[in-house]
Amino acid sequence: MKSLTQSRQDRSSASTGELIICEYCDAVYRKSVLSRHQKAVCVRCAGVVDRHVALSVQQRLALSITAAVLLLFANLYPVMSINLQGVSNSATLFDSVMILSVGPITFIALVAALAIIIAPVCQVLLLIWVLSFAVAGRRSPGFAPCMLWLEALRPWSMLEVCLLGAMVAVIKLAGLLDVIPGIGLLALVLLSILIIAIAGRDVRDLWERL
Amino acid sequence: MKTPPLAKDLKLCLCHGCGKTCDVSKPTHHCDRCGAPLHARKTDAIARCWAFLIAALVFYVPANLLPVMHTVMAGSGVDSTIAGGVLEFWESGAWDIALIIFIASIGVPAIKFLALGLLLITAQRKSNWARRQRSQLYRFVELIGYWSMLDVLVVALVASLVQMQELGTIEPRAGILFFGMVVVMTMLAAMSYDPRLIWEGEPETDKEDV
Repeated sequence: MKSLTQSRQDRSSASTGELIICEYCDAVYRKSVLSRHQKAVCVRCAGVVDRHVALSVQQRLALSITAAVLLLFANLYPVMSINLQGVSNSATLFDSVMILSVGPITFIALVAALAIIIAPVCQVLLLIWVLSFAVAGRRSPGFAPCMLWLEALRPWSMLEVCLLGAMVAVIKLAGLLDVIPGIGLLALVLLSILIIAIAGRDVRDLWERL
Repeated sequence: MKTPPLAKDLKLCLCHGCGKTCDVSKPTHHCDRCGAPLHARKTDAIARCWAFLIAALVFYVPANLLPVMHTVMAGSGVDSTIAGGVLEFWESGAWDIALIIFIASIGVPAIKFLALGLLLITAQRKSNWARRQRSQLYRFVELIGYWSMLDVLVVALVASLVQMQELGTIEPRAGILFFGMVVVMTMLAAMSYDPRLIWEGEPETDKEDV
């Protein structure tokens, strides 16, 4: 943690680019350079106002492409399969969304689809688009809307919840029948870590870099 | 402790789209970097948050009373509710899984109702009580928000797996729709709340001269 230099001076002496506002309480600070593992914390409300971004643009692009490949695996291969008296059945993420769409509860299928398929896929595609231009030091076409969408999608992307859900499902069923974790589950484990690393709050720093 | 200068006093405004510190000394309504509309406070934060919170409370009743799952095994069908699922795990000795589901499905929504209710009432009264801790409470609510989706995803996965005609089937039931709605509504409530309201009406004497 690093204490911040408060902007005691009159605003005219600092350009708005050097100032940060705490989103939780409106306190204004002068930006300071943070080194690895450091974050700037608001003295008033203890909220994080700024943090060091550890990954370079190249690294983030590489991780985004990895995430895209993993997304293919997570969606094409079953998350798990079961076996009962020689009869087996497997389920992919899409299957589990579709089962919710039957009957009067269709709406929840839409929410689930957004949470575990649509939001993560859009996040990764938008990241690849934005970052592949950022590597060349340019803003991609439609940069502003892409960044705003990344911001809007973040709370609705729930792969890590899905991962915990898959584990609970394994335990729930394990007593009744044989449960075999699939390739999809492995992809889900890696993806939930990756998405947190690449699609978190840190994407905002592209606004300043480009 | 002296408080840092506030954005309002410096005629600055935080852009929620990209995090830019915007100069609002001239009348502007949009961020010059990302084009998102600028608000000193989120629009109708208190009213919207109450509306979403009350909607969530209404959905909370059928979510807990109606069955979330219908299991047919060896010809006989059983309905199970969320609390029933927790009890089942508890009684079978899997107290750890029971605890995870209890926290995610019953604990998290209940904590969110209490916390958001508290934040709303204290903000409306411009209470001077524990502002810093209330700010931290808001961040906590934001953080735990989507984990209650766990049960929806567990039901989806389990139901999509156990589709084996005469051997056994599991179907999702209406309770899961209401449960999902509780999660979506509480997430929207937390998003529409403005944590800066916590700091409104702070005694002038504590403020630092700008």
